Amino acid sequence: MRLLHPPTAPLDELVDAARRGEGRAFEELVRRTSAETFTLARRLVSDEDDARDVVQEAYLRAFRSIGSFRGEAQFTTWLYRITANCASTHLGRRRRHRHDELDEEAELVDPALEHDPEAATDAALLRQRLELAVAELPPRLRAVVVLRDIYDLSHAEVAEQLGISESAAKVRLHRARRRLRAQVFPLAGERPEAAEVEVEEHAHAS
Amino acid sequence: MRPERGRGRAAVDEPPCAGLAERLAGVVDDSAALDRSERRHVERCLRCQAELAQHRKLLRAMRSLRATTLATPDGLVVDVLAQLEASGERRAVRAALTGRRAAYLGGIAAAATAAGAGAAIVLVSRGRRGRLPLAG
Repeated sequence: MRLLHPPTAPLDELVDAARRGEGRAFEELVRRTSAETFTLARRLVSDEDDARDVVQEAYLRAFRSIGSFRGEAQFTTWLYRITANCASTHLGRRRRHRHDELDEEAELVDPALEHDPEAATDAALLRQRLELAVAELPPRLRAVVVLRDIYDLSHAEVAEQLGISESAAKVRLHRARRRLRAQVFPLAGERPEAAEVEVEEHAHAS
Repeated sequence: MRPERGRGRAAVDEPPCAGLAERLAGVVDDSAALDRSERRHVERCLRCQAELAQHRKLLRAMRSLRATTLATPDGLVVDVLAQLEASGERRAVRAALTGRRAAYLGGIAAAATAAGAGAAIVLVSRGRRGRLPLAG
């Protein structure tokens, strides 16, 4: 039996079919993109259960609005934007319920990897350290740096999806990068924790 | 208060490294720019140069993370598809109800129009009958 949309069908074909209202094509799109969507959601909300909720909501919104997708951007970029928007809404909802948890200072989770320049030069270990450091960022800083530096959304797109101004998005981006840099590559005499406190003081002052 | 500017006051003019830290984080992708005195400081300051190099390395590493995907948790795709199906069914039911409601309203409108037309015909024919004796 020939499958209507085999797993080898090009993504563009599936997108076109889904836009015409073919449910099976959208299902195949879900199968193809779910790992990437889940990874983005997990990076944004840092909790597996929350990430699942974000993914479900993102695909539901995408399903409802696939007809209006005009293909100016890649389908995956369009889906990233929807996922980011869902994550932002989700975080906003949680922020109202658990205000104190979202901006609290997180502790380092992997002290064994600290101050080890040899390990840091290894690309795989560097990525591992970086993922940990990203996960430890406060959500409002994390969202901006993940969308801009990992998923390459423009400053304007990041600002739009998070409901903030472009200049605010840039300020958050620079703070997040500074914090990641201090965490992953602490300079001589620099303690990551000290840099974080300094960054937070700046953040609260502005 | 801003430090006094002038010749021979380079040490006073130069911004301290800590004040530059956030902008260095933006220099790597041109989302922030340094002014002339700040650039001069960075050209001379090994610490700031090291920090800038680390930001570049960090950005490369961040971009490489895009290729790293996590395994989708068990059951997530099934849950998403079930939710989409339920949503599709709800939409179909809603569309059917909307269609039925439209047909019902259309029927009422057609019946009303027909009744109105019938009444008009009756009135016209009565009018004609009424006028007949006077016609001649």
